[in-house]
Amino acid sequence: MIYLTRRVEFSASHYYHSPEFSDEENRRIFGKCNNPHGHGHNYILEVTVKGDIDSKSGFVMDLKQLKDIMNREVVEALDHRNLNKEVPEFAEQIPTSENIAIAIWNRLTPNLRLAQLHRVRLYETADLFVDFYGEA
Amino acid sequence: MKAHLTRRYRFSASHRLHNDAMSAEENTALYGKCNNPYGHGHNYILEVTVSGQVDPRTGMICNLVNLDRLVNQEIVKRYDDGNLNTMDEFQKLVPTTENLCVEIFNRLQSGFRSAKVEKVRIEETMMNSFEYAGGRELAH
Repeated sequence: MIYLTRRVEFSASHYYHSPEFSDEENRRIFGKCNNPHGHGHNYILEVTVKGDIDSKSGFVMDLKQLKDIMNREVVEALDHRNLNKEVPEFAEQIPTSENIAIAIWNRLTPNLRLAQLHRVRLYETADLFVDFYGEA
Repeated sequence: MKAHLTRRYRFSASHRLHNDAMSAEENTALYGKCNNPYGHGHNYILEVTVSGQVDPRTGMICNLVNLDRLVNQEIVKRYDDGNLNTMDEFQKLVPTTENLCVEIFNRLQSGFRSAKVEKVRIEETMMNSFEYAGGRELAH
């Protein structure tokens, strides 16, 4: 069992607001992140896959394939987007880093055949990141 | 009390990904630019994690000097400014960073007595890295 981690960067805007709370509650719970005009981050995504080393290629999986899947499934869908308005997962869900990490997991996992998804780590800033291991 | 300690090292080496068991076309298709016959290089960053009981007398798992001595002698001196394809261990094994991780782990595990070698992590570039813990699943 060996682990491979690939990093990629994307930039997106979002704001936090739940229709289940009053305006006042939204402001109290989400603070500055509730600004309806949104704000943005340079997200750094680290995707870790695991598997056995293929004896012929010496790879756990082809790094280029992983890069292509990450670009196609995540970067093209999220980079330079407003997450609330342009990404279907967040039509009714708040685009917190937790929910974004889970959405990324769900986008990647059906596309991985040779290696198994182990972890999605999403840095919202250099000082704040979320890990998701596909656990219920 | 058990604790984990991680130390970082650096070495630069060249390699070429090529498997003689495959045709030239298959090698190019599989390895792309990494199959360039003249090779290419990386500034590898190696992280070695060891674990053990904290000695109440010293407050340490192991003496870092011993770990540095072993890693420098066995790994850094061996690979730094070298060509991985010319090393004995890569005569029949493609020097992917997956295989390099396993080689380094095995070398350190058999050579280090002061603490348990838990994991080897290698950054090949800023954008990709590999981890091997003797085949064990990584704890979160």
